[in-house]
Amino acid sequence: MLEVKQLAVNYRGVCGLDSVSFQVSPGQLVGIIGPNGAGKSTLLKALLGLVPAAGGMVRYCTCPLHQQLARVAYIPQRSQIDWDYPITVWQVVMMARTRQLGWFRSPGRAAKEIVRAALERVEVLNLRDRRIGELSGGQQQRVFLARALAQQADLFLLDEPFTGVDKKTEAVMLEVFEELRLQGKILLLSTHEWGQSLHQLDRLLLLNQGLIADGSPQQVMTPENLHQAYGVHLGNPLHQDLETTFFC
Amino acid sequence: MLNLLLEPLSYEFMRNAIAISVLVGVLCPVVGSYLIVQRMAMLGDVIAHCVLPGLSISFFLGIDILIGAFGSGILGAFLIAWIRSQSRVKADAAMALTFSTFFALGVTLITVLKNKLDLDSFLFGDVLGATPHDIQRTLVITGLILLVIKLFYKELLFYTFDKTGAQAIGLPINTIYFGFMAAITLTIIASMQAVGVILVISLLVGPALTAYLLVKELHQMMMVGAMLGALSSVSGVYLSYYHNLPSGPAIVLVSSSLFLLALLFSPSQGILTRSH
Repeated sequence: MLEVKQLAVNYRGVCGLDSVSFQVSPGQLVGIIGPNGAGKSTLLKALLGLVPAAGGMVRYCTCPLHQQLARVAYIPQRSQIDWDYPITVWQVVMMARTRQLGWFRSPGRAAKEIVRAALERVEVLNLRDRRIGELSGGQQQRVFLARALAQQADLFLLDEPFTGVDKKTEAVMLEVFEELRLQGKILLLSTHEWGQSLHQLDRLLLLNQGLIADGSPQQVMTPENLHQAYGVHLGNPLHQDLETTFFC
Repeated sequence: MLNLLLEPLSYEFMRNAIAISVLVGVLCPVVGSYLIVQRMAMLGDVIAHCVLPGLSISFFLGIDILIGAFGSGILGAFLIAWIRSQSRVKADAAMALTFSTFFALGVTLITVLKNKLDLDSFLFGDVLGATPHDIQRTLVITGLILLVIKLFYKELLFYTFDKTGAQAIGLPINTIYFGFMAAITLTIIASMQAVGVILVISLLVGPALTAYLLVKELHQMMMVGAMLGALSSVSGVYLSYYHNLPSGPAIVLVSSSLFLLALLFSPSQGILTRSH
């Protein structure tokens, strides 16, 4: 069980997150949605302690989460990565084993097998020796998903995993999420996408600094809630893509 | 031809120069590779200028210049990080102001403390004046940094590729950042004798950048960079010997020429040779 209580973040006097509280049970796939600047990424980072919290607490299995980082796999936003970095697909996924291997140790046969299986699962094993920058956006995203899988974590935090990916990648990702859910893992992902992928989620958190709504997609995506979060009136929100409606 | 290469080695000053050039030629591109992949190349230049006040003070006090220069370089790097964290000032502006201020302070201290410091050799290097003590110091610094990189390679790879991800798995990113600052400062101190603080940035960035255009993995970039760095340094020393050129600039010009060749003719990324 992941428990978040009154989590708050301030950034140079500006409110990033305002007293957010929620709980997530094992086997839940939870989406975090909200307008640009709503604090979606900040929430994911604050859960891990990557940005200092102004207050509140985050517990996983009754202990503070930041003391159990080895149990968490985190996928950063695409824009955080320099895709021209001289590194191969294999090496990116092998990073997942850094913590488990410990200091001064090189990967052994077990680590290599885990990495190979993760690459195979997301269908990019054939690209293992390619430089990461040579891959398409969707393939790159699958490599990062493989890295998360190879970490063999219990909690998955994914920042905008659907941004800029092709249909094939989206399908692979949703399959993998389903498998992880069945294994009792917890998945939290922030998303801009308002398409079909929202239907795959068990639960949504609608955020705009504070938590505006929390529940199933049907419960959360009501015109009233969306008006409160986005400040505009929308009809039938589950059947349209907000990005194309008024962000683009 | 062989005689051309061997004849200068009969002089001790040339043997010293070659030894220190090879060491610096290997060390600089290895550390410089990290600067490039983190888009921090200019930080090398900034720290190089920041060592001057410490150099002047340690010269005045009669202590090893390593101590003063190291303290001063690290202080400059931290001052930049502090200004950035405490205000809206961006990194480039904080760097520009810090390094010019430290440099001005250093030049002023040389005058005020009446140092007999040879500013020219400090600025542009004097590889032909390298002493066994200089070589010893460079050897220790090179060995130490290469060993640390070898031991922590996988953590450093993670940190430099995906800092947020590295922080998320619990790597001590502040310690790693401090380690980088220390390594850059030590590399600059080790290289001062060969190329001087104005030109050291070229040896940090040049050979590694040439390698970047030729290979696809970081460790290859370091190894190819180190070979090119050693080649540039030694060639520069010979050019300096035979054509009476200033040694630091000769090394830098060889290194930059190699980069130009790779930029034009790299098999995968050369402007004239790539497929599209």
